[in-house]
Amino acid sequence: MRKLTVPTILLALIGVIVFMSHQEYIDLYIQSVIMFMGVNIILSSSFNIVNGYMGEFACGHAGFMAVGAYVSSIVNVMLFTDDKVFGTALLSPEMAVYLFPFVLLVGGAAAAVTGLLVAIPSFKTRDDYLAIITIAANFIIISTIINIDIIGGARGFMGMKKVLFAMSDSFDVPWILLWVLIFTVGTVFIIRRYVTSTYGKGIIAIKQDEVAAEIMSVNTNKMKLVAFMLSSGLAGVAGGLFAHILGYINPNSFGILKSTECLVMVYLGGMGSLGGSVISAVLFTLLLESLRFIIPWMDTMLHYAHLLPDSYELSQVWKWVIIPLILILLMQFRPEGIMGNRELSDVFPGLKKFYSFK
Amino acid sequence: MLASILQNLFNAFQWGSFYSLIALGYTLVYGVLRLINFAHGDIFMVGAYIAFFIASAFLGMTFSLPGWMILAMVIPLTMILTALVGVSIERIAYRPLRRKGAHRLYVVITALMCGLVLENGNLALFGASRKSFPDIVDKVVYTVGDLSMTNLKIGVVISAILVFVILHFIVTKTKIGMAMRAISYDKFAVPLMGIPIDTIIVFTFILGSSFAGLAGLLFAMSYPILDPYMGALIGWKAFIAAVVGGIGDIRGAFFGGFLLGFVEILVVAVFPSTFRELIAFAILMTILCIKPTGMFGVAGTTKI
Repeated sequence: MRKLTVPTILLALIGVIVFMSHQEYIDLYIQSVIMFMGVNIILSSSFNIVNGYMGEFACGHAGFMAVGAYVSSIVNVMLFTDDKVFGTALLSPEMAVYLFPFVLLVGGAAAAVTGLLVAIPSFKTRDDYLAIITIAANFIIISTIINIDIIGGARGFMGMKKVLFAMSDSFDVPWILLWVLIFTVGTVFIIRRYVTSTYGKGIIAIKQDEVAAEIMSVNTNKMKLVAFMLSSGLAGVAGGLFAHILGYINPNSFGILKSTECLVMVYLGGMGSLGGSVISAVLFTLLLESLRFIIPWMDTMLHYAHLLPDSYELSQVWKWVIIPLILILLMQFRPEGIMGNRELSDVFPGLKKFYSFK
Repeated sequence: MLASILQNLFNAFQWGSFYSLIALGYTLVYGVLRLINFAHGDIFMVGAYIAFFIASAFLGMTFSLPGWMILAMVIPLTMILTALVGVSIERIAYRPLRRKGAHRLYVVITALMCGLVLENGNLALFGASRKSFPDIVDKVVYTVGDLSMTNLKIGVVISAILVFVILHFIVTKTKIGMAMRAISYDKFAVPLMGIPIDTIIVFTFILGSSFAGLAGLLFAMSYPILDPYMGALIGWKAFIAAVVGGIGDIRGAFFGGFLLGFVEILVVAVFPSTFRELIAFAILMTILCIKPTGMFGVAGTTKI
């Protein structure tokens, strides 16, 4: 029975959240926060495969996210909606309910293939040079999308909302929330199985010492290829979910800044710690959203105390000043991140009864 | 045809000069500390803003000075103040981490965060309205045959070359340069030899940041619209240029910057301008795939 505790809790949690959203006990804003948490968990944990477990310094994650977002959005719009560019729907909109997860996986697969752009140079190059290649890959992907005019170019792409409406017409369930939760749990599950398996120990061996791993018969090139493709594929799934949550995507929103956010989440949680990635993604999302309310409050307080001139008001721009400052301070006092290469079961040994992280 | 090629080449020289000036700063810090100072592009932006405020202050004075005199005062002031910004970032953010012996990547993340603070702090303090840089020196156009060049463009190219020569001299010929090379060679043995490691690192940051400030001033004079995010993209690109040249090598940064400038200008001359980044980065990636440690880089050996 103990083995089934964690899955049961997760299932119950998903059920409760979906039920409460369906009954509108939770308003749309909180739903969207939960969804962004899920997307950020997928992003940070998938990024942790390359940056934490494999120890490479990649920083172009948002590019793969963009590929997944665009591919899954375009496939969905082509298949299920009448669009000005892509003509009438190829399939009936009722099919959207059943095919939606597969379309997301198609986006993920496309992103995984794009991951080859980084994986193949990584056979030869290491740390800083690889960092460059990933940044350049990010720039190249974004520029390519901007230059394809049929999918909107720099104007962005929309029409994903229609697919969601079609799904809700078939069965009245908050579908996108459900899929975000399922994919989040699935991603964490896959990554956990991957890095704890004998096969996945190869990437940890690469982190420790690449030459020694090669000598001890780890096929480093193959391991790197698998790790990069898995990481970018999951990022593509996250991008697809992100696109369907917002209903509008723009190539510029997947730039270096988004990659920086992913980096921040990974290093905030701790390299090579899956629990750390999940916790840091949740905390980061909460911090972002809470600053929306804290900044106006601070503004009123400071004006009340006459610390600010009347003409100046604290705008939301300060959000991106406060968050980096918090992170700089965190790095000073706890440079290894929240968890720092340990799992939850290492911090609280009592949890080992419920799940194992060998 | 020939005239347009010459004109494009000259523009590429000017455009590459900016990349070179910023890439030199990246390379200096990287060569000594093995740290990618991602805040460097934003230090360049800060330099442009500092130059803007100083120049506005000088031009707003009651008695008017000649342009060259104002420029002669703005250049050193900008360089000094920007160097102060760079050094204070090093003191506040990087040095404590280095003392703790934190993982290199955490320092890189801190650098990224410092860059974000500079960008968005600037946006929050001065607002999103774009500032236009005042004209300090009157524009003079020289025409040689079909080639037209302004005194400013010539100044930019000459200053980039001068900075390269000065840096090369400092790194290869002086004692402090020897200490820099020693630190990059072996960080643990150097303090035992009585070399003040922190002083050398601060000096490195002073050099890199002051040249970033100079680049900011020249950039603001050439393209007189300032906005808080101007340093981000140029910084990333200059860093990529430095790596393609072979990071940690002064010559590599210099040539890498010019290479990227040439590629970008020539791409714009042939293709539509939206293809600029795409083709430039594709070419750079190809170079990196052929020579994984850059043009001037030496292949490192790993001891087992």
